[in-house]
Amino acid sequence: MSQPEILNQSFELGYTYTRSTGPVIGRFMTELKKRNIVGIKASDGRVVVPPMEYDPDTAEELSEFVEVGEQGEIVSFAWVKEPRESHPLQQPFAWAMIKLDGADVPMIHCVAAPAESDLATGARVRAVWADETIGFITDIRCFELV
Amino acid sequence: MKDIAIVAYQQSDSVSDAGAVNEVELIMPVLARTFEQAGLNSAQDVDFVCSGSCDYLQGAAFAFVSGVDALGAVPPIKESHVEMDAAWALYESILKIRMGHADSALIYGFGKSSPGELPVVLSQQLDPYYLAPLWVDSISLAALQARMMLDKGLITERDMAEVVSRSRRNAMNNPHAQLSGDISVDDVLAEETYLSPLRKADCSPISDGASAIIIATVEQARAWGLPYAVISGIDHCIETHNLGMRDLTDSVSTRMAANRAGMNTGKVDVAELYAPFSHQEIILARALGLDDSTQVNPSGGVLAGNLMMASGLSRVGEVFNRIVKGEAQRGIAHATSGPCLQHNLVTVLEKGENA
Amino acid sequence: MSDEQDVITGINAPVYLKYNFTAGAAPSRFLTQLKKGVLMGQRCPKCSAVYVPARGSCALCGVATEEDVQLSDKATVESFTIVSIPIPGNPIEPPFVVANLVLDGSNISLIHLLSECENSEVRIGQRVQGVWKPESEWDYSMNNIRYFKPIDEPDVPAEKIGKLPVTGWEG
Repeated sequence: MSQPEILNQSFELGYTYTRSTGPVIGRFMTELKKRNIVGIKASDGRVVVPPMEYDPDTAEELSEFVEVGEQGEIVSFAWVKEPRESHPLQQPFAWAMIKLDGADVPMIHCVAAPAESDLATGARVRAVWADETIGFITDIRCFELV
Repeated sequence: MKDIAIVAYQQSDSVSDAGAVNEVELIMPVLARTFEQAGLNSAQDVDFVCSGSCDYLQGAAFAFVSGVDALGAVPPIKESHVEMDAAWALYESILKIRMGHADSALIYGFGKSSPGELPVVLSQQLDPYYLAPLWVDSISLAALQARMMLDKGLITERDMAEVVSRSRRNAMNNPHAQLSGDISVDDVLAEETYLSPLRKADCSPISDGASAIIIATVEQARAWGLPYAVISGIDHCIETHNLGMRDLTDSVSTRMAANRAGMNTGKVDVAELYAPFSHQEIILARALGLDDSTQVNPSGGVLAGNLMMASGLSRVGEVFNRIVKGEAQRGIAHATSGPCLQHNLVTVLEKGENA
Repeated sequence: MSDEQDVITGINAPVYLKYNFTAGAAPSRFLTQLKKGVLMGQRCPKCSAVYVPARGSCALCGVATEEDVQLSDKATVESFTIVSIPIPGNPIEPPFVVANLVLDGSNISLIHLLSECENSEVRIGQRVQGVWKPESEWDYSMNNIRYFKPIDEPDVPAEKIGKLPVTGWEG
């Protein structure tokens, strides 16, 4: 029995999902479209950005929206030397956990910076808005150093 | 309640690309060796079969159903599947036996990660509104966690490199390991960063392979006349999907699961921890309060080969191997799922009374 | 009113994932032979059932299939359906017939098209044969056979379709 030759075929799987937002995520997306960022107050008063529908500790339904700043502070970051095709930025960049002014819980987004050495935990960043905002997380194109 | 024992464990080699091998061809040799170890012929000889796999890895819809072709499911068998690591299939099987619906079970897990871009595939398990559309890959999230540990002074890069060096050296005794070798801490530190602060060596490799376990009531194990290790406890806990609301420098859910599984009722000789990144092994060992009296990852752990959907089950199997060889009296196996150790399962294994 | 319209209630979040599929060993052997115009099945060492296309195991026995068995391009209709609705992306115009066909020498059906037939006369047990593309167009594909068409042979009784022993249906 001879060894079979290896037969390969590249392909792309597409899942063309549309998703209902519900009122909480919908509010966040609606505000993004207007170039505002809102969070929500958790049971213990912490401001969570982006807003969650339920408190992860108490399971309480959350509803008190809080506007937060579009600037914030890097809590942690990872430097991507070689961006992947799917990544939002195609030159070297950082993923970061960013605590926005007025928020207590950091959010994850990308940070455009010239080099890893320009970044540090505690560094101040600001949101860079997309040319056209549509109510999607990428309305914030990225963050940049202040 | 019936005590449950493990009687057989086998794993394939962990390879970076299994090539011209489909899921059936990946699973079947492992199952054949597992049945042989237990003195059984086929899945017809156990009461229940449960598997763990994820079709997104290879991009083949219902590949897990095709996997059943490896079992010999005629006449029909009682069979189930979890879209998770097969360690959770073990959990389901234990529930099945405890409910009195079975006295024995075959559990297997398989993963062919090589056809896709695994870190990107895993980005799609994240929050579908806020994170998945950004395509934050699994390595980047682990790097955020590692940086947090480093910046808070909880670990050093040398600590991480020590985990890697020990893994590679231990893996020299693991015939199925993908990465092994006599590599020093300084060798690791000499490597440039890959996804800073992580080096490539801090990250588990992308692997193809499968593993399988047979469990049975202790009465059944004795009737079969097989050496066994008793599963004295198993539990799992999960943390919020919101990474910002978790303490990423600790693993609260692992500690909770271990306590509930009864880990602390005795000495732990060996621990096999599912840490896909070097710093996560440190987080886990600390969360569990392990000290030098516990041997951690004598197999090399998943830094030596990371079979998605099977490596959690393999951790259980590796502890079983050490108990039946008499190298350990008692041990724990840990399995994880999700970003930055979100969901964790702990199994406690002990030497059988008359084993 | 414009405020109402500006409220976001849904998002488009398409996911595209790229893969490189590698055929397994058994499918590769089948496809390699198919490119040469040969239909090759595999026999179970335990129950002797012949699978085509083989996936590497006997699903009944749970053992690996190893022995190659060359099969005829003649087959028997085990079941069929007449498709009357257009299927997105499918160039074939409805109505057309899709059938489960058991190749002579094998025990399990494969799915292919039936054509050059009166749809209303297609029936279980009907004898058919593959209509191949010109050899120059052969690839690693079941499309090497354009479709199966009825042949002038007596029907196979339903209870004998795909049953052992198989050495040609009349055996």
